[in-house]
Amino acid sequence: MEAKGRVFKYGDNVDTDVIIPARYLNSFDAKELASHAMVDLDPTFVERVQEGDIIVAKKNFGCGSSREHAPLALKTAGVSCVIAKSFARIFYRNSINIGFAILECPEAVDGIDDGDEVKVDYETGKIYNLTKNTEYQGQPFPPFMQKIIEQGGLVNYVNNKKG
Amino acid sequence: MGMTMTQKILADHAGVKEVHAGELIEANVDIVMANDITGPMALPIFKQMADKVFDKDKVVLVPDHFTPNKDIKSAENSKAIREFSREQGLTHHMEQGKCGVEHAILPESGIVVAGDAVIGADSHTCTYGAIGAFSTGVGTTDIATGMATGQLWFKVPSAIKFNLHGKLPKYVSGKDVILHIIGRIGVDGALYKSMEFTGEGVKELSMADRFTICNMAIEAGAKNGIFPVDEAAVEYLDKHAKRDYKIYEADKDAEYEEVVDVDLSAIRPTVAFPHLPGNAKTVDEIETMDKIYIDQVVIGSCTNGRMEDLRKAAAILKGKKVADNVRVMVVPATQKIYLQCILEGILETFVEAGCAVNTPSCGPCMGGHMGVLAKGEKCVSTTNRNFVGRMGDVESLIYLASPETAAASAIAGYIANPEKFGGND
Repeated sequence: MEAKGRVFKYGDNVDTDVIIPARYLNSFDAKELASHAMVDLDPTFVERVQEGDIIVAKKNFGCGSSREHAPLALKTAGVSCVIAKSFARIFYRNSINIGFAILECPEAVDGIDDGDEVKVDYETGKIYNLTKNTEYQGQPFPPFMQKIIEQGGLVNYVNNKKG
Repeated sequence: MGMTMTQKILADHAGVKEVHAGELIEANVDIVMANDITGPMALPIFKQMADKVFDKDKVVLVPDHFTPNKDIKSAENSKAIREFSREQGLTHHMEQGKCGVEHAILPESGIVVAGDAVIGADSHTCTYGAIGAFSTGVGTTDIATGMATGQLWFKVPSAIKFNLHGKLPKYVSGKDVILHIIGRIGVDGALYKSMEFTGEGVKELSMADRFTICNMAIEAGAKNGIFPVDEAAVEYLDKHAKRDYKIYEADKDAEYEEVVDVDLSAIRPTVAFPHLPGNAKTVDEIETMDKIYIDQVVIGSCTNGRMEDLRKAAAILKGKKVADNVRVMVVPATQKIYLQCILEGILETFVEAGCAVNTPSCGPCMGGHMGVLAKGEKCVSTTNRNFVGRMGDVESLIYLASPETAAASAIAGYIANPEKFGGND
C-alpha cells in the first residue's frame, strides 16, 4: 500500500478545533464534516485538496478535543496520510482505530515543503520527496497497532477476536 | 523497578502483576462515558459489535455540550443518546435539569471513584485523576468498543512527577497552578505521559483545585493527570462515592522521566494568552503591558464551574458592578452547584453585579452556544482552550484565567489582577 500526492504543509500544534470547528459538530456525517475540513486554518483547503494529497505538519498535530470527527473529516476530504514530527495522543488513537494513515518522521517534515510531491510506502515506512528527490525513514507502527490497521480498524479487530 | 500510580491501576485492570512504560495492553474499564457530540456518532459503531452494553451500571451518556439543544440537529443527537440510554436500561440515566457538565457530574454523583480506570469520549476525561482514578479521553470508535466489551487497548504511559510544595497565596488557585505548569513544560510537554502530582503541597490544594489541575493535563498533551488519595480525597469520596473505592500509591522506586519542582507559594495569578494554553503570562507581566480591554467573561465549565470556583468569583463580584463594556456568562457546572449558589445567595450576587447566569452546560467553552464571540472580540474565560476560533469567530481572542482573575477583569473591563479587587477574605 502506498500514498502519493501533493503536500499541504502546516506548523506546530494544529488543533482539532481548526481541523473541524465545534460549530459543525452537530453532524457526524463524514461528507458534511469533510466539506469544512481545516476551514479555520486554511479556508481554501477543501477547494484545493485532491484525492491522495498528504498533510505534513510539525509537532503535536491533532491536539485538543477527542473528536474523531477530525481524522474522519481529513480522510473523507481525500487526505491519504498525515506526516508529522509528533501527534497528540487521542488523534493518534482515533486515526489507527478508523484506519487513517499517520506517520511520525521529524526529518521528513523538515525536508518537505508545501506543494512538494511525496510518496509514502506504508509497509516500509519510507517517505520519498519526489520533487526534491530525497528519502526518509518514518517510524513504523508497533505490531499490535499494525494488527488493528491490517484488519481495517478496531471494530473488525474486536469482532474477529470474538470469533 | 517499581510502578507509578497510573501504571499500578493499569496493571490491575489488565490482570497482570506488572506493566512497563511503552507496553501495549488490553485493560478492563470501570466507566465508559460519552456526550451528546461523541455519543451519537458511537452508536452505529457500537451496533456493529454488540446489541447490549457490557454493563448497564458502567456506561454513562451525558447530554451537556449542545444542551439545552441549540438547533434541530443537536436535538436529534440528544434524542439518540436519550433513547439509547433508556433502551439499554442504563443505571445512570442523565438528563438536562438533573445532571450537568460531564466531568463535574461524574465525580459529584459518585459514579467515578478512586482506583477506577475510566475512558470518556471527551478529552477532558482526565479530570478524575483528582480523586485517584486513571481516566483518559479517547475517541468515538474507542468508546463504542468500551461500551460493547468493557475493554480497551492502552499504551502504558511513562510519567513526569510534579513535586508540589509550599502553600498557594491568596487569589491564586488550581487554575494558576496548571497554567503555570503548562507555561513551563509546553502544550506537548507531557505528550503520551502521565502527570503525577505529589509532595507536601498536595494537602494545601482543595479538591476543586485538583480537579482543575487534572482537567487541563490534556492541554500539556498528557494521557492523564493524577493525585494521591489523601485525607481530603477520602473525605470527598466518603461523601460522594456510590461504590467501594481502592487507593493506589506509586511505588517508592517508581521510574519517572522527569521530576518538576513546583513551589506553590511562588505562583502568581496567571493568564494564558491566545492561541495556546501554554502562552502563560503572570499578572505582573500583564500590568507592565497596555491594558487589554475585553468584551466578555465566562466563569464556568468542567475546568472551573465548581462550587469553590463560583464562591471565589462571587466574593470578588459582591457589591460591585460588571464594567459597562463587558458581558459576563456564569455557568454553574451541575444542578447541585446551581442550587447551592441559590442557597448561599451567590446567584443573587452574580445577578446584582450584572452577570448572565446560565443553566449547566458546556455552552460557550467550545463556541457552541450561550456566548459565542464575534470577530475581534476578546474574552477572559475560566475554560481550558484558547485555540483559534474555539469560542466563535477565528479572529476572536481568548484569555484563559482563574475564576478570581476572571471576576476581577469583569469589574475592571480589562484583564486585571485579582489582588487589586478585594473580596475573597
